[in-house]
Amino acid sequence: MEFYSFKRKFVEKAVSLDKIMSNTIELVVETINKKINPIETRIVNHQIEIIIEADQLIPSFQFLKDNSKCQFRQLTDIAGVDYPDRENRFEVVYHLLSFKNNLRARVKVFIDENSTIESLTSVFPCANWFEREAFDMYGIQFNDHPDLRRILTDYGFEGYPLRKDFPLSGNVEVRYNEIEKKIVYEPVKLQQDYRHFDIQSPWEGTTYKQEEEKDNNG
Amino acid sequence: MEERCFRVAIATTPGIDSQELEDLKQRYSDKGFIVTNVNNLINWARTGSLHWMTFGLACCAVEMMHVGTPRYDVERMGAAPRASPRHADVMIIAGTLTNKMAPALRKAYDQMAEPRYVISMGSCANGGGYYHYSYSVVRGSDRIVPIDIYVPGCPPTAEALMYGILQLQKKIRREGSIVR
Repeated sequence: MEFYSFKRKFVEKAVSLDKIMSNTIELVVETINKKINPIETRIVNHQIEIIIEADQLIPSFQFLKDNSKCQFRQLTDIAGVDYPDRENRFEVVYHLLSFKNNLRARVKVFIDENSTIESLTSVFPCANWFEREAFDMYGIQFNDHPDLRRILTDYGFEGYPLRKDFPLSGNVEVRYNEIEKKIVYEPVKLQQDYRHFDIQSPWEGTTYKQEEEKDNNG
Repeated sequence: MEERCFRVAIATTPGIDSQELEDLKQRYSDKGFIVTNVNNLINWARTGSLHWMTFGLACCAVEMMHVGTPRYDVERMGAAPRASPRHADVMIIAGTLTNKMAPALRKAYDQMAEPRYVISMGSCANGGGYYHYSYSVVRGSDRIVPIDIYVPGCPPTAEALMYGILQLQKKIRREGSIVR
């Protein structure tokens, strides 16, 4: 009996918390809609999703950070997304966290391949490395970034690996050259093509490239 | 006191035949000596001090740590982790070797003193593994350094790595030589 009364109390508390939460979200969304004039605002899984214009970036984030109702004090991540078919090819997604409201928000900005976007380092200093990563992987240019260079890929790497038009296995591979006594870069030469396994029969095996060439020649 | 001690004499005579060796063994084994040849003695010493250079690159590194902990305790076989390649006899490449890391790996290998051995641990180091088709991963660390033992698995268990070390000891006993 004790357990059930405890459980009921717990459920009641959870329900009331949920109510408080949804009230907070609605209040925050209302404030955002009123003040920063976004293209669209949605609530997905108790998280706010905001789509804004690229030129409104800095004032919008300044507001989201400083406004007493929002208080999104932490920028957790910046992600890039590539949609090759769209007119505005890239989507830059900013993830925000508000400790005060126990609330997360995603802010999305759409830009095309040739346009640039303002750096967020003046508002959130931690955006520095996130933007470097987005630049490294997608080639998105950030204006007024203090140190915009590659962060993860190899020294002297060419291309932007997470773009959809980048070849999966890249363009170069490395090998130790016994004569030159150093690591050398060479064009990619795969022994076997990348396979998409047919889920119906994954055990049919593969024909290797050399075998294929032999078959073609002979 | 003397009865309890090993006494080791090193015979340096070249071209000693097995019959002579057997005679020597019979003559001296009763008197507390062990008769062996230098190659065997040096190989025995080498197998007993396989200090490895920890090249932990990914999750395999955790299993490599396990092998050093008391549960598996590879130190009872004379193998211990060393921080510097200049102290080490064997390099364990544990994890995904990326293009960016490849020159550093080769540099560390070049710093190791002869005789040196390399154990490639896990699918990624053996042949690229899960990342074989990636733009940034070396398709097998044998493209960079010569490998003695490949330990399969993703990641291999600590037992598997320990077995790999035992196999390396076997290899040294089989083909080890003081001639370079």
